[in-house]
Amino acid sequence: MTSDLIVFLVLSLVAVAAALGMVLSRNAVYSALFLVLNFVTVAIFYLILGAPFIAMSQITVYAGAIMVLFLFVIMLLGAESLAPSEVLPWQKWLARGLAFALIAELIYLFWNTRPEIITTPGLVVNSMDSLRAMAMSLFNDFLLPFEVTSILLLVAMVGAIVLSKREKAGQK
Amino acid sequence: MVHVDYYVILSAILFTIGALGVLVRRNPLIIFMSIELMLNAGNLAFVAFGRSHELLGTPNFNPFSGQIFVFFVIAVAAAEVAVGLALIVEIFKTKKNINIDEMNSLKG
Amino acid sequence: MHLSETTSSGFFYLAPWLVFAPLTGLLINLIFGKLFKFSERTVGIVASLASGAAFVVAVLLAYSVSLNPEGMSIPFAQWIHVGTLQIDWTFRVDSLSATMMLVVSGVGTLIHIYAIGYMHEDVRFKKEEGRFTRFFIFLNLFIAAMMILVSGDSYMMLFVGWEGVGLCSFLLIGFWYEMDTLARPSWANSNAAKKAFITNRVGDFGFLIAGFLMFWYLGNSFQFDKVFEAAKTAPPEIIVAITLFMLVGVAGKSAQIPLYIWLPDAMAGPTPVSALIHAATMVTAGVYLVTRSAPLYTLVPQAQYIVAMTGAVTALFAATIAVGQYDIKKVLAYSTISQLGFMVAAVGMGAYTAGMFHLITHAFFKALLFLSAGSVILGLERGHHHLAHAHAHHDEKQKGKKKEGKKDDHGHDEHGEVFDPGDMRNMGGLRKTMPVTFWLYIIGTLALAGIFPFAGFWSKDEILLDAAKLYPTVYWLLAIAAFFTAFYMGRQIWMVFFGEARHEAAAHAEESPKVMTVPLMVLAALSILGGALNLPYIHTLGHWLEHTVELVEHEAQVAPWLEQSLGGLNIYVALISTVAALLAIFISWLIYGRNPLKTGQVDPLKKPLGFIFTGMENKWFVDEGYFAVIINPFKKLSQFIADVIDWRFWHDFVHDTVILGTYNWLSEIALNDYADQKGIDAFANWLGTATQSVSATLRKVQNGFVRSYALSVMLGVVLILGYLIFK
Repeated sequence: MTSDLIVFLVLSLVAVAAALGMVLSRNAVYSALFLVLNFVTVAIFYLILGAPFIAMSQITVYAGAIMVLFLFVIMLLGAESLAPSEVLPWQKWLARGLAFALIAELIYLFWNTRPEIITTPGLVVNSMDSLRAMAMSLFNDFLLPFEVTSILLLVAMVGAIVLSKREKAGQK
Repeated sequence: MVHVDYYVILSAILFTIGALGVLVRRNPLIIFMSIELMLNAGNLAFVAFGRSHELLGTPNFNPFSGQIFVFFVIAVAAAEVAVGLALIVEIFKTKKNINIDEMNSLKG
Repeated sequence: MHLSETTSSGFFYLAPWLVFAPLTGLLINLIFGKLFKFSERTVGIVASLASGAAFVVAVLLAYSVSLNPEGMSIPFAQWIHVGTLQIDWTFRVDSLSATMMLVVSGVGTLIHIYAIGYMHEDVRFKKEEGRFTRFFIFLNLFIAAMMILVSGDSYMMLFVGWEGVGLCSFLLIGFWYEMDTLARPSWANSNAAKKAFITNRVGDFGFLIAGFLMFWYLGNSFQFDKVFEAAKTAPPEIIVAITLFMLVGVAGKSAQIPLYIWLPDAMAGPTPVSALIHAATMVTAGVYLVTRSAPLYTLVPQAQYIVAMTGAVTALFAATIAVGQYDIKKVLAYSTISQLGFMVAAVGMGAYTAGMFHLITHAFFKALLFLSAGSVILGLERGHHHLAHAHAHHDEKQKGKKKEGKKDDHGHDEHGEVFDPGDMRNMGGLRKTMPVTFWLYIIGTLALAGIFPFAGFWSKDEILLDAAKLYPTVYWLLAIAAFFTAFYMGRQIWMVFFGEARHEAAAHAEESPKVMTVPLMVLAALSILGGALNLPYIHTLGHWLEHTVELVEHEAQVAPWLEQSLGGLNIYVALISTVAALLAIFISWLIYGRNPLKTGQVDPLKKPLGFIFTGMENKWFVDEGYFAVIINPFKKLSQFIADVIDWRFWHDFVHDTVILGTYNWLSEIALNDYADQKGIDAFANWLGTATQSVSATLRKVQNGFVRSYALSVMLGVVLILGYLIFK
């Protein structure tokens, strides 16, 4: 057992625990905070896998921007928790059963169909060379998807504004 | 030394937890968060696979393609959250409630 | 006998215009007549010019034939080419067809011109002025059809023309289809047209069978030369059958016993039609057919004898009927039948030249007689018309005294009786009021009676001479018929033109205009001079025709008194017929001329002859006989078939009971109850209810809870992954 594996196991334990906490918390604010924890953990994995740019994006966009937005909405709506009124009593149990089945299936599949054992070289201290190379790839090979993404973000922005402004327009 | 498979299995576990969250919670905000968790799990798998192929030296493989995919996914997730939260706010304004089980008027 | 096809001299190439010149005239009148509102004069001139053009073409063709006596075939169009059957429209111009062309177009043109004057008045007396153009269209169509008939190079083209002239005959007999001969509303004229058409159908049936036999046994062809060539080696029974079936066709078209009955009724048509179609041209088509088929008839003497006897018996029989007729046109009609009998007898005997000669002269003098009769009838109509107007004026002066019966200024005299302008008992004394017509009629009569030196004398004499040499029986029949001919013509002359007028209309009769009398004068000249065509010792026509119709050599035993008949004239035969004719005219003078008929007097022959005259008067009850023997039984049979077989058995039993009943049973019980309601309906209903219940179950799945849907997706993912694992 190497230190890499120990680090991985500890971090993955934290990630799973955070995920479960997110799902199981009664309070939505707690859920959001658990999710932030999860995202940070995953960002560390990205670093280990040699993707520092994605790791930084994960923290800034997900853990930062998106989750703040979530918290903002939760608190805006005062929807920290809902009244315990269950209309689909069988849903919970069926969902849990299916979840276990899915995990079993996925683990079975990945464990049994892997081509060969690939090991990562451990934590890599990335130089700026890697980031530059990725930028070259992004703005050459993936230029068109990148630009489309900009349009997507624009549309999402406009959509969000229109949705939230509609009522005021209707009152006029 | 860590197997790439471990990352993938971790990704599967996170994904399933996210799916479970979608299925069992009635608060649409938490459902959204679960969806984010599922996307995140997918991203982790992308980066792990990309890394493994990079290390394997697969011919004609762009070593950054996994990361770039994740970049796009993050962008889409951001857009989705912006619109989705706007919708939830709108629904709340209309129904004064965000229990997803009460949004069942569209049925056979 | 073959046609020279190598030399292309002369005007042979013009032959198609024989048909297309009249057709052009027809089309001009048909298409532009209404469009440009042609006057009657224009219509008549166009039609006459069309017919005249055909005559010019015929003259040019005859001239070409005279230069090139073997004649020529001019292929014009392909008609039917099926396998080995090859029927073309080919014009055959030889001396025989050229002769017929000249007669048809020549006499036809004169009659066209005459008809301009005649129809002008006729359409006014009948109050249908719009039909003037129609008449000339039909007349031109007739010329075209007749030209197809005489110019055809095969029996098939001949048959086309044969049917074409039959159609024109039908159309023209029924020209005044909605009235009878006295212009009263009735279907008598159309019935006459139908009678002619149907009787001809019987004859055409025979002709068709002859054609089929010919095609089957004589070289699979209708072309004349091929048929004649094949006939030389064919079994004689076949030739006999063909020639006798052809005789049926001849009897139909040329009005021989037993199919002559249509011709007297055909007088319902306007008089120019009677002259052109039912005296001069169309009815001679049968004679032409026999002459054209001479190589066939020559092969079988038995058939020739039957043809000759048919002609001779018809000649005598019709002549006796003519004696008892009162209608001026009916007398001429029976005379025509009789004269056609002469021709058929002649060609039957093999005396083709004599037959054709008589055909030509008969065309001249019979056309002359008919047209003169038309002139007489119109003269009486004019007189009657004049009288009616005079009376009308008279009535106006004496108001209200004699009003009834005068409204209709045509057809009714002051007693309300119908005035028949064709009845000889209404005539008398016309020589004073209609002198031109009188003299023309005299010429026609003398020609028909066979008085020297008129045309009829020469042609009839030649027939009698040949008959005397070949078939004595035929000779005596024809000689008696010739006697009767002279008698009934004499009777007609005395009754029509001499004595006193027996009717006011006759007293006021008016002469016809020049447009009518001038063609008559031409015909009269031809009737006088026509005999010159084939004078004894010279035989122009005989030499002319011998290129086409081989002269027949008979090894008959000639009676001693005939042995001197060198060069075609026998003094005894000529004397006998002349004396008989003169005697007949004298007798007719004794009976009708010396004591002219008074108004309303019975025919003086009726008393001495008794029932014989009654028979003559009533056409020997032949029509009644046909009714009793054929038509009424046929009607009864038809009635039986219609009532019992068709209606009761076929309709009531088979259709209503068997078929309809079975169908009803099948549809109501078998199909409706079991197959439809319990099978198909039940299945369709089950399909509907099943769908309903399934969807009612399934709609519960669509419960509106988005988490349920997500669960379904999850379930799907799990199942698919499970499948991938365990496959």
